[in-house]
Amino acid sequence: MSAPAIETSGLVKIFGDNRAVDGVDLSVPAGTVYGLLGPNGAGKTTVVRILATLLRPDGGTATVFGNDVVRDADAVRGRVSLTGQYASVDEDLTGHENLVLLARLLGYRKPEARARAGQMLEAFGLTDAADRQVKKYSGGMRRRLDIGASILNTPDLLFLDEPTTGLDPRSRNQVWDIIRVVVANGTTVLLTTQYLDEADQLAGRIAVIDHGKVIAEGTPGQLKSSIGAGTVHVRLRDAAQRSAAERLLATSLAAAVTLEADPVALSARVDAGGSEQGAAELASRALAALAGAGIVVDDFSLGQPSLDEVFLALTEVRSA
Amino acid sequence: MTTTATETTAYQPSADTLAAVLVRGDRPRRPSAWSASVTFGWRAMLKIKHVPEQLFDVTAFPIIMTLMFTYLFGGALAGSTGDYLQFFLPGVMVTSVVMITMYTGVGLNTDIEKGVFDRFRTLPVWRPSALIGMIFGDVLRYILAATVILAVGLILGFRPAGGAPGVLAGMALLVVFSFAFSWVWTMFGLILRSEKSVMGVSMMVLFPLTFLSNVFVEPRTMPGWLQAFVNINPISHLVAAVRSTMDGTWNPAEITWTLIASAALAAIFGTLTMRLYNRR
Repeated sequence: MSAPAIETSGLVKIFGDNRAVDGVDLSVPAGTVYGLLGPNGAGKTTVVRILATLLRPDGGTATVFGNDVVRDADAVRGRVSLTGQYASVDEDLTGHENLVLLARLLGYRKPEARARAGQMLEAFGLTDAADRQVKKYSGGMRRRLDIGASILNTPDLLFLDEPTTGLDPRSRNQVWDIIRVVVANGTTVLLTTQYLDEADQLAGRIAVIDHGKVIAEGTPGQLKSSIGAGTVHVRLRDAAQRSAAERLLATSLAAAVTLEADPVALSARVDAGGSEQGAAELASRALAALAGAGIVVDDFSLGQPSLDEVFLALTEVRSA
Repeated sequence: MTTTATETTAYQPSADTLAAVLVRGDRPRRPSAWSASVTFGWRAMLKIKHVPEQLFDVTAFPIIMTLMFTYLFGGALAGSTGDYLQFFLPGVMVTSVVMITMYTGVGLNTDIEKGVFDRFRTLPVWRPSALIGMIFGDVLRYILAATVILAVGLILGFRPAGGAPGVLAGMALLVVFSFAFSWVWTMFGLILRSEKSVMGVSMMVLFPLTFLSNVFVEPRTMPGWLQAFVNINPISHLVAAVRSTMDGTWNPAEITWTLIASAALAAIFGTLTMRLYNRR
């Protein structure tokens, strides 16, 4: 378990004059979930495609369990599985046929392949849909089949490229639960996502990628604390008191206050320079100041920073 | 999305059942090149089973071609449609089947746009097997098309002197050549961006190749420069070879030429295809 599952150094991929991946260094320890977090077009998928031997890098090196993804591509393919951003299953075939096909390609004999497909459908709650064409599946079912197909051979490393994009909340939670079980059974997962809360829920470490570069790396806690704790949202009972509340919050939080579209709502960044406790303390002091001034607060919340805020904060740091 | 199935019971992932399928025992040995290709061929069969409409082009198109040209040219070129058919049937069989080969490129192009090929390309199997399997499926279509034309020909009065062995040998030659020729289209299927452009290029190659040949008329009446092209056109040699076996005259030179051309096509375009496939 000591050798890293993934190691890249100075990875570069250029499409035309776009440096899609521009010098990425990663080290992913085996047996963990590692999150690649970034907006669309940041280069996450390109990194995954290079690591999954689908693209050749234009510069730098990448190894998977010590095997070079270019020179030892076949050895890499023997240990990884990919669930792509778009369904990596054949929509014309049934769920059962998809799994039997892949099991056969992985080397299972016919009866074993059928048995394995049956088990997998059962485990993913797809037995009833086994003989239906995949194009008639819902998004959540398709995604489950896709992941089932990826773990047919219990890979050592599983690439999940935006596994929950476009799924409803329940299906998303199902996928999260599945990922947790897969990791608990010893598979390393490289997960790309646009959602901070997804990375936060699943990943032990996160690399934030923007414009093909890693702009921050660390545990979810480290990342969040590096940009402050987030935003306090306040709803007042009386819209007439909003400007007074705005002044008070601005003073006590020493931050710009945003007036929301809702005439009784306002929000402000809480920057405690790191610890979450500090942020909560700052926020409650600000609320106490409002109460002291006779302003009635109907509702308030201290939110996690959104991905937008993480990005803004990180790019501010970089350009400063 | 109205046709999307709704889930009758809410699925709740269970750690135990999932853990049970995540066995970390010995992985099976990777399949042989042949076994992987056959498995991909099975995928092609399944696609035909689920989307049988795709067989329309290999059944209706050859029938139309045979009927149309037999009655259009028969009287003028050979005095009667019956006489023309003896000459023309092997040729129209070759034309139809060779034209159908272009769907290999179109099919690959649409297939590869979907995510499933990403999965295939990350599997530790012999690389060309996915494409070879696809073409295996197409070979079945070629056989079907050739059989349909033979049946129509027999109904219309085609009486091959070579008998069943000659006819079967001719069809076998045609299928071998078409298998090899398919690699031209896999190459275009990988180079070109859209299904439409693959179609366009295919027609541009196929029309001159099939019409500027000895399929419809004897090349003797053509101007010299055209005869020169017709004589080097591999389709002409294939047609001559197929005619000879169906006639029972078995022209060894044309048969050899066809087999060599097939080997060369598969070697050259198969290699180019695989280079493109690996680079993508």
